[in-house]
Amino acid sequence: MNASGKAIKYGNNIDTDVIIPARYLNTSDVTELASHCMEDLDRDFVSRVRPGDIIVAGANFGCGSSREHAPIAIKASGISCVIAADFARIFYRNAINIGLPIIECREAARDIADGDILEVDFNGGSITNLTANTVYKIKPFPPFLQNIILSGGLLAAADSGALNDGN
Amino acid sequence: MPMTMSQKIIAAHCGRNSVSAGEIVMAEVDLVLGNDITSPVAIKEYAKINSPGVFDRRKIALVMDHFTPNKDIKAAEQCKFIRTFARANDIEHFYDVGEMGIEHALLPEKGLVGSGELIIGADSHTCTYGALAAFSTGVGSTDMAYAMASGKAWFKVPSAIRFVLKNKPGIWVSGKDIILHIIGSIGVNGALYKSMEFTGDGLAHLSMEDRLCMANMAIEAGAKNGIFEFDEKTAEFERAHRQKPSVVYKADDDAEYERTLEYDLSQIRPTVAFPHLPDNTRTIDEVGEVKLDQVVIGSCTNGRFEDLQTAAAILEGRRVHPDCRTLIIPATQKIYLQAMRAGLLEIFVNAGCAVSTPTCGPCLGGHMGILAKGERALATTNRNFVGRMGHPESEVYLASPAAAAASALAGKIASPESMAD
Ligand code: SF4
Repeated sequence: MNASGKAIKYGNNIDTDVIIPARYLNTSDVTELASHCMEDLDRDFVSRVRPGDIIVAGANFGCGSSREHAPIAIKASGISCVIAADFARIFYRNAINIGLPIIECREAARDIADGDILEVDFNGGSITNLTANTVYKIKPFPPFLQNIILSGGLLAAADSGALNDGN
Repeated sequence: MPMTMSQKIIAAHCGRNSVSAGEIVMAEVDLVLGNDITSPVAIKEYAKINSPGVFDRRKIALVMDHFTPNKDIKAAEQCKFIRTFARANDIEHFYDVGEMGIEHALLPEKGLVGSGELIIGADSHTCTYGALAAFSTGVGSTDMAYAMASGKAWFKVPSAIRFVLKNKPGIWVSGKDIILHIIGSIGVNGALYKSMEFTGDGLAHLSMEDRLCMANMAIEAGAKNGIFEFDEKTAEFERAHRQKPSVVYKADDDAEYERTLEYDLSQIRPTVAFPHLPDNTRTIDEVGEVKLDQVVIGSCTNGRFEDLQTAAAILEGRRVHPDCRTLIIPATQKIYLQAMRAGLLEIFVNAGCAVSTPTCGPCLGGHMGILAKGERALATTNRNFVGRMGHPESEVYLASPAAAAASALAGKIASPESMAD
């Protein structure tokens, strides 16, 4: 599994209210949600994002409301992966459950600049910043979560029997 | 293996003698909750899997509280979609307009959640039920879909921070002030992924309303759950609200906590969170001159009867400031009725407040009290993020019902102490 694209950089504590404002939660249509993604924080996001691009943010990304509409909107806008120093826990599990790749990497989150061209190698466990010529190691997910991610989400994993009990 | 309260409840729900922090387990849930925003996504996901039916029609609660009474056509369509699902699956706890209240006020009141249980909800403030010594946490819609089918959810077993609360808080200091003070001291990610476990002699001075409000805001410190040690007040509440016997899990004496933090409740001042994060707190003595366009008293944090009583005691016989629109939203139908019988609604209307049927409404900038550009509100809700109550350039300040009522009278942020008779 690989991802590549330009970095779109944000700060700390990016909450799900700015990722997708509540006024748009009267729908669960993914295309419509994507068209308002990041609107209250970054009006240019929707016009700037290209398929494959990677959001890079600071600490506590996705804090606040549990709305799964947030990772759904991000995924539907074409973002291939989110890199952050760390994630708020409901966003973290939602992203895994819907199959949006996320990476916790403090150094990468700190160093990468907006517009840098990145390449992520999930199997090899690395992020390469082609613009700055730097490489970061990423920690693999525990096997249980890896199973979910590789299956394409929680329900796909459950359906295919890939979800062992973890117990 | 010594365990925390939260770990014990998780272990009991995956049939294990012990679990340890960091491991991933699949656990049985006692209740799955969804609302009018998160359920449509969950039901669509649920439809994709080959489920022979929901795991237990009595253990799913669907509450239509966010955009209801339906604020627009799209919201109406979402509720209709859920209503159809609820009827088709004979869901016992489906709460529609006329019966519904804000989910986290409604479920404890109906006795649907209780001590020792493991509850998940597709709403981040599901952590509220930790007040009843339950393990209770917010999840997403896909988790909800999976749990509706299987009765299970996956968890990474959390480590915990112990909060030892000591002494008695001052008269104008409520659970809201205490939790704002705590979040201000540890930060919005101060308990990320962890349990916040509350204990200490100070608990004896906290009402169930105080505890529900505090557990409600555990997520605002990034926590997985907030949980209060079971005591006489928990037992009393359960006796009054449910038939089932209490199930008590106490932390082991040698349970491992990442940190233990002590708070002297007698030293905490009425506290306000400034925009745009709940940890941006100041004591009431430090707020300065902050003029307000709106005050909201309500939400799953502070829309309970005790909260309305507090507000009414301050508003009685007075008028709110003419420049400050004031909205009061009892959190459930039962609270509405109690407030009516106690004469509180009359006090509010006479004070110039608008009183609404239960709804989340303005709390999430849904409807019923949206802010214009540049406007400021003080609310008894739990989040003051950018654009939370309306325009991205509006501001939300968080405080207790007492401070909210005093501020509505003054038209600016004011201490409840200044309004006391
Ligand atoms: S009152 Fe506010 S915080 Fe509580 S459930 Fe409703 S929208 Fe969420």
